[in-house]
Amino acid sequence: MVHQYKLNGYNIVLDTCSGSVHVVDEVAYEIIQMFESHDKDEIVKEILAKFADRADVTEEEVYLCIEDIQTLANQGKLFTKDEYENLAIDFKNKSNVVKALCLHVAHTCNLNCSYCFASQGKYQGEHALMSFEVGKQALDFLIAHSGSRVNLEVDFFGGEPLMDWDVIKQLVAYAREQEPIHNKKFRFTLTTNGVLINDDVIDFANKEMHNVVLSLDGRKEVHDHLRKTITGEGSYDLILPKFKEFVERRGQKGYYMRGTFTHNNVDFTNDIFHMADMGFTELSMEPVVCDPSDPYALTEEDLPKLFEQYEILAKEMIRRKKAGNGFEFYHYMLDLTNGPCVYKRITGCGSGTEYMAVTPWGELFPCHQFVGDEKYSLGNIWDGVKNTEIQDEFRHCNAYARQECRDCWAKMYCSGGCAANSYHASGSIQGIYEYGCKLFKKRMECAIMMKVAENVED
Amino acid sequence: MERIKTIETRDLKKSVAVGGCGECQTSGVANQPCESKQK
Repeated sequence: MVHQYKLNGYNIVLDTCSGSVHVVDEVAYEIIQMFESHDKDEIVKEILAKFADRADVTEEEVYLCIEDIQTLANQGKLFTKDEYENLAIDFKNKSNVVKALCLHVAHTCNLNCSYCFASQGKYQGEHALMSFEVGKQALDFLIAHSGSRVNLEVDFFGGEPLMDWDVIKQLVAYAREQEPIHNKKFRFTLTTNGVLINDDVIDFANKEMHNVVLSLDGRKEVHDHLRKTITGEGSYDLILPKFKEFVERRGQKGYYMRGTFTHNNVDFTNDIFHMADMGFTELSMEPVVCDPSDPYALTEEDLPKLFEQYEILAKEMIRRKKAGNGFEFYHYMLDLTNGPCVYKRITGCGSGTEYMAVTPWGELFPCHQFVGDEKYSLGNIWDGVKNTEIQDEFRHCNAYARQECRDCWAKMYCSGGCAANSYHASGSIQGIYEYGCKLFKKRMECAIMMKVAENVED
Repeated sequence: MERIKTIETRDLKKSVAVGGCGECQTSGVANQPCESKQK
């Protein structure tokens, strides 16, 4: 499967199943489009007619270009056959390890953000904080079910996890004690709204947290419109100085400023640039996923504007990088030479199988976005997974689970997409969140274009 | 003249034989670096 597109002056050809990326001229671009459906002589005839005004496009040149394309195909870098489908099913069926947990240490929050999927931190339930005993059992559960995996991950999540800060510190200390005993290496991450950041949080997190996700929506008026305190005031002025100090003392690495954009700010690149101009260099800005009837829900009419915004972002990032004041955008960070293997690409995030969320009382869910939906309760950290029927549903989530995905050029980058988004959009984890797919594909086209630009410059 | 420039990428076909160790970070999906010692 080959995907061809033009962006920022580049003609780009992506060979989906080998991962190869080619940047080509107009002639090669046209030939590749015809390559599988026309014979050589037909291609030559059509190309010569199409480029009749070009002195460099001779019969000999076109035949040479066809040969080059055939060579790439022979080398497995173009028109590579898709032979991965059975790998996806076998891989997930063979593996029964758990390698990552999202610990919901706080089902409560000190902000009242309108778009919060967790219903202001409570997940459609009661306020709750995780005790050390429950957290310790969760870590023991993870170690016991991790098999030979060395790298284990634990996210401290909420609600607002800093509302259970002492327990977080105790759990990290306990995990560090267990590492040499079981030959494990814990990577901790923390997602916070910033309200409770203080010296103790900064010092401890900078020592122990592999990554911190800091929630900021960009410009003050955008952020304050939907991210309000319990008393209804904007939170921007309260958290911004704390985030700046946190990031500065962290050495500008191992963090993300994570914003959400909505129908209210489809010009979201201005929010990204606002954060970059304040000195933040690791940025993420995500489209809101909510009920279509919500006033801030993204609409079909927004899509062309959003596509344009992603292009503006990519071009500006290239410009700033050249000028020496670049920044990173989460979705544009592609590692073409040392990226994930094919197994990872076709099986995805592992929600419900190797990754699960744990509630403050120890109940297991497929991921943080399913918490509170009782039909997706998998079991608990004492008895393990009891609802194997639901787990099997997640085991079959992969890049080939839906016909639309099988035929999609981007499946090696999205792995079939986010099960939670599919569920919330279509009512089934095997459904399609088409709006998200369109945005994802646009982001991938931009990300690959940036890599092409980087290489061509070199 | 050069009409095609190929960007260096990891060969996904070859990763079938050496991939799947599961040590990479939970996921964006295509972003995290491979942590296999086998590559």
